[in-house]
Amino acid sequence: MDHAILEILSKEGRCTPGEIATRLGVDEADVAARIREYEGKHVILGYHALVDWDKAGDGRIFAFIEVRANPERGAGFDRLAEHIAGFEEVHSVHLISGTHDLNVVIQGHDFREVALFVAEKLAPLPQVVGTATSFVLKSYKLEGRRVAVESEDRRLPVTP
Amino acid sequence: MSPSERPRINREVAALPPSGIREFFDLVTTVENVISLGVGEPDFPTPWHVCDEVYDSLRRGFTSYTSNLGLIELRREISGHLCRLYGVEYNPDNEIIVTVGVSEGLDLTLRTILSPGDEVIIPDPCFVAYGPCVKLAGGVPVPAPMREEDAFKLRPEVVRSRLTNRTRALLIGFPNNPTGSVMTREELLPLAQIAEEHDLLVISDEIYDRLTYAGTHTCFASLPGMWGRTVLLNGFSKSYAMTGWRIGYACAPADIINSMMCVHSYTMMSAPTPAQVAAIEAIRRGEPDIERMKGEYDQRRRLLVKGLRDIGLSCFEPLGAFYVFPSVKSTGLTSDAFARQLLETEQVAAVPGSAFGQAGEGYLRATYATSMANLREALVRLERFVPSLERQSRARNGQP
Repeated sequence: MDHAILEILSKEGRCTPGEIATRLGVDEADVAARIREYEGKHVILGYHALVDWDKAGDGRIFAFIEVRANPERGAGFDRLAEHIAGFEEVHSVHLISGTHDLNVVIQGHDFREVALFVAEKLAPLPQVVGTATSFVLKSYKLEGRRVAVESEDRRLPVTP
Repeated sequence: MSPSERPRINREVAALPPSGIREFFDLVTTVENVISLGVGEPDFPTPWHVCDEVYDSLRRGFTSYTSNLGLIELRREISGHLCRLYGVEYNPDNEIIVTVGVSEGLDLTLRTILSPGDEVIIPDPCFVAYGPCVKLAGGVPVPAPMREEDAFKLRPEVVRSRLTNRTRALLIGFPNNPTGSVMTREELLPLAQIAEEHDLLVISDEIYDRLTYAGTHTCFASLPGMWGRTVLLNGFSKSYAMTGWRIGYACAPADIINSMMCVHSYTMMSAPTPAQVAAIEAIRRGEPDIERMKGEYDQRRRLLVKGLRDIGLSCFEPLGAFYVFPSVKSTGLTSDAFARQLLETEQVAAVPGSAFGQAGEGYLRATYATSMANLREALVRLERFVPSLERQSRARNGQP
């Protein structure tokens, strides 16, 4: 039952324990208890709407920052990554393999704001060796969902 | 010159009953804001890797006819697939033919094996094409009713009661459209025995084989002694969400396949080549897709069955395909009246059970091949609708 509950909630955050229980053929009280446990242990970090900000006309922008950095003895990149994650402008931070070390996603209102954040806050951090900024121009898929209308049903309304 | 007095339409064709589904479809298209539980196909798109493989094949020019039997690579994949799943062995060289969906496979089989007047026993209710296809092939369909009390399984004694010296074949389809019923190996064995005793061919339409939610599917040809008298029909439409590709196959002993190929070569020539390419990719790399879609169907199935029962409709638990078949008898309405009123008052479309045979009267076919959101909304509307019928019914009977 465990991963099945997470599987459902990861796609449909608003699904109620009652419905999850029906869909999985298990007891509602067990599902509710398990969800509380996940929340308590931060397996479930939160629930949010997946928003197409472009369509909302909000004008916010996102940028991917490739960060090259020197690891610390005993802590690797953890302290630096946690430090970067603390900034409100930072949407997500990942330690990655490949040509650079951290991948940072920044959310801002315009190009200038993001560029200044990188120049004034990120790049000057003592462990950071270099940064490369790529602005997102258009999104095609977000968190597993196609951004273009994907709900269009082309089937005939009644078929044998 | 005056128009000819002679009938312009073949007698058999003119006598075919209008499809109940067709009538209902025409009605549904006149209503707006419809939530349809009337669709007999997956709501998932064809897996992208399948489409991608076809794009590539088109770029490389795979656009000509194939062998009448279909691409040998595909027949080899089908052969391996059936052997892995059910342990049945078909030689890809002469015991498998690729068809334009199971629909052609069914028509082709019946036209190949039936002589005029041969009787074919079919389950009632069943897929709408069974009866008409038997008639078009010169045969006589003989319905064998299935009942809710038997979980819509085909009982051997009912089949026996329909046997005559003209009975040539038994045509079955489990998991069943429209009821969602399945039959286990133990339940199929007595049917196999009847086939053996009366020298019948068995046409087994197993298009929903991968959509079973309890136990495992039994391939009819895997039953003792049945390989030699079974025509196994299957395809890619339901398991792999590939309905529009129109691709299926038939497996049978070489003498039957050879004759089917003869008919097919004069009518279809070969199944569409891009669809055959798609089918190869689906078998080779589509297992995770089947599991993903089946998992989703299973959750919706539980949601819909519970929702219908909570509303007060009796609903047997369907363990296959993607249909539920609730009874609407408690409302005092016929299937057709219930479906029409539901459409008119709440804009929910579901097909009257009577469209699938006389034994379907009193039931409704609702599919869960639609999004969870649609199912939830449909249940909200049904929850308003069903009690309103009961109020009307009490008012008619002069009760408070």
